[in-house]
Amino acid sequence: MKQILTALILVLVPVLAVAAGGGGQLDNMEPDLSDKASLQRGAKIFTNNCMGCHSAQYARYKGVAEDIGIPQELYEENLIFTSSRFAQKMKNAMPGEQAEQWFGVAPPDLTLTARVNGPDWLYSYLRGFYKDESRPLGVNNVVFDNVGMPHVMVNKGGLCAEEPHIGAEPTVDPATGETVNGGVCDDWAIEGSMEPEEFDRAMYDLTNFLVYLGEPALMDRKRIGVYVLIFIGIFFIFAYLLNREYWKDIH
Amino acid sequence: MSGLIKWIDDRLPIVDAFEKHMSKYYAPKNFNVWYVFGVLSFVVLANQLLTGIWLTMMYTPTAEGAFASVEYIMRDVNYGWLLRYMHSTGASMFFLVVYLHMFRALMYGSYQKPRELIWIFGMAIYLLLMAEAFMGYVLPWGQMSYWGAQVIINLFSAIPGIGEDLAIWIRGDYLISGATLNRFFALHVVALPLVLVGLVILHILALHEVGSNNPDGVDIKKNKDQNGIPKDGIPFHPYYTVHDLVPIAVFLAVFATIVFFFPEMGGYFLEKPNFQQADPLQTPDHIAPVWYFTPFYAMLRAVTFNLLGLSSQFWGVVVMGAAVAILFVLPWLDRSPVRSIRYKGMLSRIALTVFVVSFVMLGYLGTVPTTDIKTLLAQLGTLGYFGFFILMPFYTRMESTKPVPERVTTK
Repeated sequence: MKQILTALILVLVPVLAVAAGGGGQLDNMEPDLSDKASLQRGAKIFTNNCMGCHSAQYARYKGVAEDIGIPQELYEENLIFTSSRFAQKMKNAMPGEQAEQWFGVAPPDLTLTARVNGPDWLYSYLRGFYKDESRPLGVNNVVFDNVGMPHVMVNKGGLCAEEPHIGAEPTVDPATGETVNGGVCDDWAIEGSMEPEEFDRAMYDLTNFLVYLGEPALMDRKRIGVYVLIFIGIFFIFAYLLNREYWKDIH
Repeated sequence: MSGLIKWIDDRLPIVDAFEKHMSKYYAPKNFNVWYVFGVLSFVVLANQLLTGIWLTMMYTPTAEGAFASVEYIMRDVNYGWLLRYMHSTGASMFFLVVYLHMFRALMYGSYQKPRELIWIFGMAIYLLLMAEAFMGYVLPWGQMSYWGAQVIINLFSAIPGIGEDLAIWIRGDYLISGATLNRFFALHVVALPLVLVGLVILHILALHEVGSNNPDGVDIKKNKDQNGIPKDGIPFHPYYTVHDLVPIAVFLAVFATIVFFFPEMGGYFLEKPNFQQADPLQTPDHIAPVWYFTPFYAMLRAVTFNLLGLSSQFWGVVVMGAAVAILFVLPWLDRSPVRSIRYKGMLSRIALTVFVVSFVMLGYLGTVPTTDIKTLLAQLGTLGYFGFFILMPFYTRMESTKPVPERVTTK
């Protein structure tokens, strides 16, 4: 029986194993979709800064507004910049061909970006821009080398003069007593209007929103899952008792 | 009610059929936990058929519309996400329970005489299931759907002479395209399920003709009471129907946990690149098949040398094909006088362990990019896999077996 159990465990390994995640150092980001305020701030940042170039063509304004709790009128007034109707999909006005001429590559649709790249990557990418004069737009990114996208939120987040510390734990230098890697950036080429912590918080909100956008079902499925498991648990008790009753006389 | 049953029974033998297959089908009373995976495959099959029908109602089988229609199901269709996750999780769970079901047969010699046909039907089901899963995986039209299909269909072009034309014939195009998607849709939702259900019926009819094996490998029909009922047999209904409800509940709990809490299963059930629409101009960094194909994929990649003037790719395909084909002749490779591993000798136990370790190791190796050491491991795994079968006629005859009891044992 022991052998059999060992064999079973061995066979189950590929199923139970969970991927360790992509290579490279990334900052950890734990999404919290129950934080509606964060999602609303994220939606605002997304609409104001991302949707000029990127679409979210599989999502609808209506669905987003309902899920994150923004009333229709408020949403239409502040968060729809195109001629789109409330029930329509979140496409942007920028023609793909021209976009490709401007940036070298058409800005990808962002509906599912959180599912492709993961929240850690997005959170790190959004805060990973730094000054690099060798690039056409003067910026590069630590987690996405030779990125084609400009640092859109440079006014708010500022631009680091060197590679920012993404995925590095802050440590105290024993010789000088100074904190190394304490913040994302030690030397700013351009100061942003937000404090670094404030900008990190904003990028957290944006990533949180993108995680929602990637899988709106995430709002409900865990909650429903709990009820389903409770139901199966009750079913199990009845099945167990029924089985015990029938098998009493089998020896 | 009884009037109605009689009315039907006078015209269609439903009472007879129920008795033959349920209430008077005598199954050994010593089934252990390994005997639940048959009924669990049935549960998953029902899940796949039902969720599949509903997904078909909302899915668009065109290269232009497929990916968007899956997202439409995930977002705009009420509980569409649930249908989709149940179907995608069901695909992986199908293979899990079928692999465990097959392992049970290997352990207890359930393929031996007189159950050869049950085994062969089972292997045909497994083969068809692989085709079904492969074609189903193409339908969402994500990057991995596209490039996975590209890699697999290209395998056919390794066949000398007819290979290239054969691959074009399968794709319906010079590369994977909307034409491929459409035919895979037709095969996935109509042709293969029809054959699959037919084979499942044959599998069960053949089983009920000769009767179930058991962990002891004892033939319960040898010991019958005065009424001709096996002494160690109990009616399948109600004993095993209620008995199976318990593991079904456990299985459903595992299933629901995956569907509701880990539908991607860390990228093993739903691969991350598949959330990106298929792009024929952009090859993903690392193309890996879904976990249930990886043992065979690892064997394909393990062949790195040309032989007899034919390419290593061709021999890789041969090895992969042989790995599945050899399963079909298993009943004639086992020369042991006993069925169950409980009474077989040490050599059989070692061989089965080597086989399981090889298979699981190959499964892991197929998910990761190759390195020299990993290729070597995959080659060893391939030898272990084939060794189990090819050496079987020898080690099953050489070893000394333990005496098999007259009646089944219950622990």
